[in-house]
Amino acid sequence: MAQITMTQALNLAIDEAMADDPGVFCLGEDVSAKQGGGVFKVTSGLTEKYGEHRIRATPISETAIIGAAVGAALAGQRPIAEIMLMNFVGVCMDQIVNHAAKLRFMSGGQTPCPMVIRTTTGVGVGFGGQHSDMLEAWFAHVAGIHVVTPSNPADARGLMRASIDANDPVIFIENILCYGLKAEDPGPGYRVPLGKAAIAREGTDISLITYGRTVLDALAVADDLAKEGISVEVIDLRTIAPYDEATVLASVRKTGRAITLHEAVRPFGTGAEIAANIQEKCWDSLKGPVRRIGGTFSAVPFASHLEQAWIPQKSDLIAQIKASVGKL
Amino acid sequence: MAEIDRDKLLDIYTRTMKVNRTDEKFRELLMGGKVAVMYYCVRGQELVSAAAMAALEKEDYVVCTYRGQGEQTAKGIPMEKWWGECLGKATGTCKGKGGTMHITDPETGIMVTTGVVGSGLPIANGLAMASQNNGDGRVTLVSFGDGAANIGGFHEAMNMAQLYKLPVIFLCQNNRYGEHTAYADHTDSPNIATRAAGYGMKGVTVDGNDVHQIYPAMQEAVARARAGEGPTLVEAMCYRMMGHFFGSDFSYMPPEHIAEMKAEDPLPKLRQVMLDYQFTEEELDAIVADIDAQINAAVEHALNAPLPDTDEIYKDVLEETA
Repeated sequence: MAQITMTQALNLAIDEAMADDPGVFCLGEDVSAKQGGGVFKVTSGLTEKYGEHRIRATPISETAIIGAAVGAALAGQRPIAEIMLMNFVGVCMDQIVNHAAKLRFMSGGQTPCPMVIRTTTGVGVGFGGQHSDMLEAWFAHVAGIHVVTPSNPADARGLMRASIDANDPVIFIENILCYGLKAEDPGPGYRVPLGKAAIAREGTDISLITYGRTVLDALAVADDLAKEGISVEVIDLRTIAPYDEATVLASVRKTGRAITLHEAVRPFGTGAEIAANIQEKCWDSLKGPVRRIGGTFSAVPFASHLEQAWIPQKSDLIAQIKASVGKL
Repeated sequence: MAEIDRDKLLDIYTRTMKVNRTDEKFRELLMGGKVAVMYYCVRGQELVSAAAMAALEKEDYVVCTYRGQGEQTAKGIPMEKWWGECLGKATGTCKGKGGTMHITDPETGIMVTTGVVGSGLPIANGLAMASQNNGDGRVTLVSFGDGAANIGGFHEAMNMAQLYKLPVIFLCQNNRYGEHTAYADHTDSPNIATRAAGYGMKGVTVDGNDVHQIYPAMQEAVARARAGEGPTLVEAMCYRMMGHFFGSDFSYMPPEHIAEMKAEDPLPKLRQVMLDYQFTEEELDAIVADIDAQINAAVEHALNAPLPDTDEIYKDVLEETA
């Protein structure tokens, strides 16, 4: 099989879903051919195939974009709405939280809302405080939404396809720094079920629970620590909410230690929820407290060295793992 | 003055009285302490809703607000299901999980009732976009108040609807109040419909208390949408004759304003039109008596209906929990 980038993986998944189902369409700022197929080219080439009705370039109107996706979903279509950068969800939270997430429940199951909200973000590209945040915890706190993020091209293809299939809203987070990653193409029709984590690396001493770009850091650190005789199990959640509790708890019961890692700021982050859950349900298996690592609790800074210092550090991850397993 | 044929007029009258009698009944139940729920009275706005719904086909979509009783009952939600939902019963349209502010009944085209001012407009665009995509010929009508015209989503939705020529009708029921704030205290422009020009859209202001103005305006907006000519903003001038919600203080509504409203009450005016069309007092009374009988039976049914199981709080969250 050919090697593909994450951008190509997402494009292929959307393309085949649009070919299979005339109810699938994309809308968002700059997504059509006239604007180059999206700022990160994820919808490149699709306008030529499916026309401007199915690749709708919109005004800069996030509330209208998400509202339109909600309405189309209620009418039985499967919109893929793009919010160019994740911080812009602040402009359309009412449509996501009060409408997309709740209409299935509030209607007594009559009006499910099958839609994907694609959005991109990431720290480390110099975009500053309003274009970089990982805001997954905002959505994980709301009942009625799936929150998904891939860490590699194969998962990107499979998770996107499964997200388009899902009969509920999905927040699909793409990390800017992962678009260029290359891996083997899993091929047409590939799906990764929502709510199912991957054991990205097996280990026996500690469970490292993470998702998205920080999976790469976790795997690199696990490689390094293996040389020192520390065996780290890396869990890539893939679906952040509702997450694969069974896989996480089974891993922690095996290793007896856990650490959560995410790019989002640490306080009240998804790591806190996962850590609390582990402590409630795996107390007897735990050999020490569950630790949490996250971004610095401030806005993402601009200057490159500040931004690099803001990001969860591999050195901190190594230190915390060593402290946890008693090998400091 | 545009002529309305006799059958259509009868249809509008029947829908108007259904809205009015439902409103009266709800207030009677609330005042008598029989039920204690949030209810947003529609007294004074009955004709606007009825004429708008009479201009639509059964398959057309409607998005309304918490003050949506008029659209909901006039579009034809079965009364037992409507009252069941309002009283939080398992027999309600949404199994008692939506309530008065979130009535949904896709079978009659009531797709969303939003409790958030102005949020319905962007969603209506999406319903209309689906119809434009799949060519099903439906139009979507979204109803909202003058207060909603000042929220960002209004402007975003109007611009997008016109840009794509979506088959949508924006019905602004200008009832002179946004929650507890009088029109002049929230907006300086004399009306809302003039805003349509800013988006290149057709906008009209009509007297919502005059059936000969409101119905033809709705009919034309629906015809334009259906013909692919794009959206229309119809501003229906009307009065909210009660407070923001049942039981709320409305001392902020000045007496001269209340007198003005009473003089413009759409119900006596519509009745006079009916008499002018040679309907008899007896015929009109019989229609109302029939509606009252249906409402009383539906209320009785809802009062005696079972409550939803407490397990329902876990259901319909995601498909997996359906």
